[in-house]
Amino acid sequence: MSNHTHIDEHRDDEGAKTGMWIFIFTELLLFGGLFIVYSVYRYLNPAAFHLAAEELDTFIGTANTVILLISSMTIAMSISAIQSQNKKLTLILMGITILLAVAFMVNKYFEWSGKIAHGIYPGSPTLMDASQGEILFFGLYYAMTGLHALHIVIGVAFIAYVMRLVVKDEVQHDNFAILENSGLYWHLVDLIWIFLFPLFYLIT
Amino acid sequence: MTDTVIQNHEPNYLEYQGRYKGIFSWIFSTDHKRIGLLYLYSMLVLFSVAAILGLLMKIELIAPGKTIMDAQTYNSFFTLHGITMIFLIVVPGLPAVFGNFFLPLMIGAKDVAFPKLNLLSWWIYILGATIALSAQFFGDGPPDTGWTFYAPYSFRTGTNMLPAVTGAFILGFSSIATGLNFIVTIHRMRAPGMTWMKMPLFPWAIYGTSWIQVLATPIVGITLLMIVLERTLQIGFFDPALGGDPILYQHLFWIYSHPAVYIMILPAMGVISEIIPTFARKTIFGYKAIVVSTLAIAFVGYFVWGHHMFTSGMSGTALYTFSILTFLVAIPSAIKIFNWVATLHKASIDIQTPFLWALCFLFVFMIGGLSGMVLGALSANVHLHDTAFVVAHFHFIVFGGTGYAFFGALHYWYPKMFGRMYDKGWANIGLAVFFTGFNTLYLPMFYLGMIGMPRRYYDYVEEFHGPNIVSSFGAMLMISGLVIIITNLVRSARKGEIAEADPWKGKTLEWTIASPPPLENFAEIPVVTKQPYDYE
Repeated sequence: MSNHTHIDEHRDDEGAKTGMWIFIFTELLLFGGLFIVYSVYRYLNPAAFHLAAEELDTFIGTANTVILLISSMTIAMSISAIQSQNKKLTLILMGITILLAVAFMVNKYFEWSGKIAHGIYPGSPTLMDASQGEILFFGLYYAMTGLHALHIVIGVAFIAYVMRLVVKDEVQHDNFAILENSGLYWHLVDLIWIFLFPLFYLIT
Repeated sequence: MTDTVIQNHEPNYLEYQGRYKGIFSWIFSTDHKRIGLLYLYSMLVLFSVAAILGLLMKIELIAPGKTIMDAQTYNSFFTLHGITMIFLIVVPGLPAVFGNFFLPLMIGAKDVAFPKLNLLSWWIYILGATIALSAQFFGDGPPDTGWTFYAPYSFRTGTNMLPAVTGAFILGFSSIATGLNFIVTIHRMRAPGMTWMKMPLFPWAIYGTSWIQVLATPIVGITLLMIVLERTLQIGFFDPALGGDPILYQHLFWIYSHPAVYIMILPAMGVISEIIPTFARKTIFGYKAIVVSTLAIAFVGYFVWGHHMFTSGMSGTALYTFSILTFLVAIPSAIKIFNWVATLHKASIDIQTPFLWALCFLFVFMIGGLSGMVLGALSANVHLHDTAFVVAHFHFIVFGGTGYAFFGALHYWYPKMFGRMYDKGWANIGLAVFFTGFNTLYLPMFYLGMIGMPRRYYDYVEEFHGPNIVSSFGAMLMISGLVIIITNLVRSARKGEIAEADPWKGKTLEWTIASPPPLENFAEIPVVTKQPYDYE
C-alpha cells in the first residue's frame, strides 16, 4: 500500500508501563472518592456501622481475600514463566488466575444473594426501617464491593485477552509488556480488596 | 524525471488515503492531526448550539417578566448551556484540539504515545456527548439543575437527569485517556536534545493540564456515579432523609471541578506564551518562572475548592484557609502576566491577528482574575455569592481566558493546520466586534451582581432593567462577531491564499515542517540544540 512504516508500529514498553501506572493511579482516586464518603459516615455513625458490620460474614470475606492474594501470586508467576520462555506454564498460571477470579465472584454471588434474601439491599423496606447509619453502611457496602466486582470482571476480560495473545505468540519472552500491564491491573484489583476487607468485615 | 518528483512528494495528512476512504479515513484515523481536527469540528458544532442557547437566555433577560420563554425552559437552557460549554467544550477544548495537533509537532515526535487510545478518546467523547444531549429529547423533560448537579435536587427533580449525569461521567474517561496519553508522550517522545528546560511552553502547559486531568477527573467520575446510584437505587449518600449529607456532594464535586478550572486556563496560558514571543520576535521573558508557575497553579489549584462553598456551611478555620489559598493562586497567574508584558517591552512587535487575540486575552483575563480576588475575599463573597457578579467573573475567565486563547490559537496555527491563510482584514473586524460585544455583555453583569441580581433567574425587578438591556445588546453584538470570525475561517479553509511553512517567523519545531504537515510530521526526527524561542 505505501512504503511508510506505520505509526502504530512504534513500540515503547517503558511508555506502556508508565501509562498503566498512571491509569492505576486514576483508579485509586476513583475508589478514593468512595473511601472519603466511607470515612465521613463512619465518623458520624460509629455505633450503627458497628452493628451493621456484624451482619457480614467474615468467613466468606476471609476466603475471598485468600483467593485474591493467591491469584495475584499466580499472575506474577506467569510473568516469570513467560520470561523463561515457558509458554505452557504461562497459560496454566493465567488460567488459574481466571479460575480464582471466578471463585471470588461465586462467593460474592452467594454473599450478596444471602443479604438480598434477608431484605437488605438499597431501597428495601427492611433497610428503610433501619437506622440512617445502617442505610449508609449497606449503601456503601453495595456501591464499593459492587464497583470492585466490576473491576474483577474487567480484569478477567483483560487477562483472557492477553491469554489469546500468548496463544498466538504475540506475547513472548522479549515482548510481554501487555502481560505485565494485565498483572499490574490485577494487583490493583487485589489491593483495593485488601482495603475493603478490613473496612467492611474486620473493623466492627 | 516526473517519476522521481512523484516519489519525492510526501502526501500531507489531509491528502493521505489509508485503509479507509471518505469520512471513514477521518473517524477511524489514528493520526493525531486528524483526531485534533475531529475534535475541532465536533466542538465548533456544539459551541454554536450552546452559544445560541446563551443568546436566547440574554434575549429573555432583555425585559422583566416572561419575554420569549417560561421559567422551566430557562432552567433547562442554562443547564444545557453549562453542561455543553463546560464538559464538552472548555474542559476538553484546548488539549483535545491543539494539544493533539501540536504537542507531537512541538516536541518533534511522529505521533502521541498511544495513537489507538487517542482515537478511542474521541469516540468516548462522542458517546458521552450523545448520551448527555439525548437527555433533551426523550423522557420527562430536559434537566434543570444547572451544570453542577447539586444534591439533593439532582435526584429529586422529575426531569431527565440520568442521561445527563451518565454522559458527563463517560466524558471523564475521554479526558483521563487524553491526559494519560499526553503525559507518556511528553516523558517518552521528546526529540533528542529537547531537555525539559528546552521544551516550548505550550507542551509544558499541556503537561501540567494532563496531570490535573488524570488526578482530578476520577473524583468527579465517582461523584457523578454516586448521583446515578442515588437516583436509581436510593443508596442515601447525599440524601438527608436517609442520613446522607448534601454538603459532602458539594465538596466532592468541587474537589474536581475547581482543578478543572485550571484544566481550562493552563493550556490557554500556554497558547499565549507561544503567540507573544513569536510576534514580539523576542525570546520569552522568564521562561523558568513561567514553567514553575504553571506547575504551581496545577498544584495549589487542588486546595482551593472550598471557595465555591463559602455560604454552604463550613467551620471558620476552613473558610479562612480556603480564602488564603485562593489568594495564593493569584500569585503564579500574576507572574505569567508580568512575564508576558515584560516580553513585549522594547520588542519589535509584528501586529497580526493572533497577537491581537493575545492582547485581548491579557485585558479580559486580568478583569476575570481580579474579580476572582473579590470573590475569594470572605466578606465580599457572602454578599456576591450566587449573583450575576459570579456569572460575569467566570465568563471573563472561562470564555475570556480559554475562549480567547482558543480563537487566538486557531488564528495562530490555522495556516499550519490547513495550509491556507484566512482573510486577515475580516479576522480583525470579527475580533473587534466580538471584543466590543463581549465587554458590553459581561461588564454590566458585574454591576448587576453588586446591586443584588441573582443568577439563574429568568425574571428580575424593574430596577435591574437598564444594565440588562445593555448586556443583552452586547450578547447580540458578540454573536455577530463570532459569526464573522467563524465564517471567515470556514471560507478560507478552501479559498484562502496558500500559506508558507512559517508565515509568522515562529521558531518552535512545528514551523520547521511544511504546511499542512506531512503524514509522518518529520522526515527525520530533529535534534534540538537551542532554547525554544531563539530570536537572538
